[in-house]
Amino acid sequence: MEDLAPQIIFWVFAALMLGSALIVVAGKNLVRSAFALLATFFSVAAFYVMLGADFLAGAQILVYVGGILTLILFGVMLTNRIYSLELNTPRFQVVPGALVSTAIFMILVTVVRVTPWKQASIVEEGPTTARIGRALMNQYVLPFEVASVLLLIALLGAAMLVRRRTDL
Amino acid sequence: MIPLEYYLVVASALFSLGLYGMLTRKNAVNVLMAIELIFNSANINLVAFSRFVTGDTEGQVFALLVIAIAACEAAVALAIVMSLYRITKGVSLEDASVLKG
Repeated sequence: MEDLAPQIIFWVFAALMLGSALIVVAGKNLVRSAFALLATFFSVAAFYVMLGADFLAGAQILVYVGGILTLILFGVMLTNRIYSLELNTPRFQVVPGALVSTAIFMILVTVVRVTPWKQASIVEEGPTTARIGRALMNQYVLPFEVASVLLLIALLGAAMLVRRRTDL
Repeated sequence: MIPLEYYLVVASALFSLGLYGMLTRKNAVNVLMAIELIFNSANINLVAFSRFVTGDTEGQVFALLVIAIAACEAAVALAIVMSLYRITKGVSLEDASVLKG
């Protein structure tokens, strides 16, 4: 019984993740896709918790659900007249797309099954926030700084792009 | 304990769904959502490897940087979608041919 509970939780969240991802990519209504994306992000955060990445699960919910999803919803609302029926988004090349992605899925599953994965001898348990912070400030300080500059540039670029041409 | 392979297979399925969305959609916002799915599947892989293969938190540091870059990408992509909407009155990717000479 004790062994069964993690299995059940894993498969419930995997089904939730893949089902909502299917709605995101194959659903007809754009707003419904955006809200299905919410379920996908939450189940990815649940996966992080199962993998012992508590800080990352919090960051996932804060950044993806709080930031990116809100931004995408703004994008949906601002680029569609919400009362019209134009929210039905067109699809094309459905059969080739399905074939290509199924083939890539098969290749990936084969690679996962064939590769002899190295197993870690010691797994560090416990809260990860302090360890991530120490790694970011010592070993990975350059990527950290580059990421902050990149965020600044993206902020300026996004503001520049949506500005009206008249106030240039 | 769930083995590593299960996480990798679920992440591969998420990646393939995102790829399918990228290939079959014409709406730019919808393609953006599919790209976010692909980011998330890569992140699941990074965290799973950091848990099972190395046993420390290095993979989580990379996943954190991926999340930061995904935020940048979403902001810039939506700004481009906004200006596309202003020019063509739509967000269909087929109309995004302004740069074509």
